[in-house]
Formats: sequence, structure tokens, C-alpha cells
Amino acid sequence: MTISLIVFFLLAAVAVLAALGMLLSRNAVYSALFLILNFITVAIFYLMLNAPFISIAQITVYAGAIMVLFLFVIMLLGAEKLPQNTSIRWQYPAAVVLGVLLALEFGYVLVFQIGGLSTAAALPANFGDPKDIGGLLFNQYLLPFEVTSILLLVAMVGVIVITKGDKTTR
Amino acid sequence: MIPVEYYLGLSAIMFVIGALGVMVRRNPLVIFMSVELMLNSANLVFVAFAHAYQVLDGQVFVFFVMTVAAAEVAIGLALIVSIFRSKHNINADTVNELKG
Repeated sequence: MTISLIVFFLLAAVAVLAALGMLLSRNAVYSALFLILNFITVAIFYLMLNAPFISIAQITVYAGAIMVLFLFVIMLLGAEKLPQNTSIRWQYPAAVVLGVLLALEFGYVLVFQIGGLSTAAALPANFGDPKDIGGLLFNQYLLPFEVTSILLLVAMVGVIVITKGDKTTR
Repeated sequence: MIPVEYYLGLSAIMFVIGALGVMVRRNPLVIFMSVELMLNSANLVFVAFAHAYQVLDGQVFVFFVMTVAAAEVAIGLALIVSIFRSKHNINADTVNELKG
């Protein structure tokens, strides 16, 4: 009971600090590494929430594939440190004001609107079994699953067209 | 058992940080990372509610969000590479015209 709460707060602190590190670090490579740390803590949250399949997918897809792609592009373009000169002077104050407003709205909804969402009875022992998720994915959600494959195909073709386009004109 | 409100609070904090990153940073790669952070916080809420209501559909939706995020990142990074090839600069303030 209390141990899980302690683990939750430690992991939450790591996740928030990693997100802040991503936001504040000047070097884009450090930002990407902080974001990988955040993704791994979120994967551990998924494990605590009885979602082992999503947790492993998080690590392989997000921390593995997507962030490696980010790191490759950062190093390929040499975009680690861009000059942070903003042509809009009121951008930082406006961003801070809007962020505080968003946080206040979240806080209001969390405190006043959501109440009594306490978790119900004990979970069944095999909740979140990858077998059940696979069954759901290939029976009830078969059409969205296939549409997803078409989306990935379109993305792949689009990437090839975008990155090859200016070579043919040259 | 951790209350679902705690997960909602953590996810809200992560979402606000991601939104601040989109508004403040001028490096488009970091802006994309902030978008990923926001998607990730939404995923956390999906899984937390799937746990709270003992329904697996939330986890399936997280799967779909992940694939859409992967497609979005691939397209976005290809656009950034293409912009860098034509302008040799990817600062978000200087990319303000649609000419190649």
C-alpha cells in the first residue's frame, strides 16, 4: 500500500524532472535523452497499471525507434544548438501566462469536477494480459487496426516522396 | 492501490510542460519532442482509466495513439530534413514562407 505510493511519487518526480530537463536544456541531444528517461518512467507506470504489453511497446516503439530517429536527425542536421534569438519579444511572458492558465484549468477540473473516481473492487488476476489485448485488437478493433496499417504505409510513402523530391529536380 | 487522480495530476503536469515546450522553444526538433510528451501524457491517462474501470479498451487506444505518433514523427522529421536541405536552417522563426 504505502510502498506503491512511495514508488509512485519517486517515479513521478523523475518523470517531471526529466520533462523539465527536456524543456530547459539548451542542447537538443540532451533534450532527447531526457525525453527517453521520461518515456522509460512512463513505461514503469504502465507496468504498475497492469499494462505489460503497452509498457514493452512504449519502450520498443517510443524509447527505441522514435527517439533513435530523433537522435539521428539531430546529429545529421547538426542542430544540437540553435541560436535562441526570438524575433517576438513578448513570446516568453505570453507562453508563461498561457501555461499557468492551462495548469490552473487542469487543477480546477481535477479538484472540483472529478470526484469519487476511486478504484472499484480488486482487479482480476490476469487483467491486461497481452493475450486479451491481442484478442480485442483482432476481433473488436480489427478495422481500426487495418486502417492503422494503411496509415503507416501512407506515412512511409510520404517520407520517401518528401525526402527524395528535391533530388530529382537537381 | 494508487488513486487515479494522482495519475491524472501527473499527466496534467507533463502535458503543461509539453505545451510550454511547444510555445517557448524555437528548435523544431524540440517542438516535436514536446508534442510527443503531450501524446505520452494522454496515453498515461488512457491506461490509468483502463485500470480504474477495469476495461481493456483504453490500452488498445494507446496502441493506436502510438502508431499515429510514429507516423507523425516520420513525416515531421522528413519535412525538417527537407526544409534543412533547401534553407540550411531550421530555426522555427526563419521558416515563414511556403516557397521551396
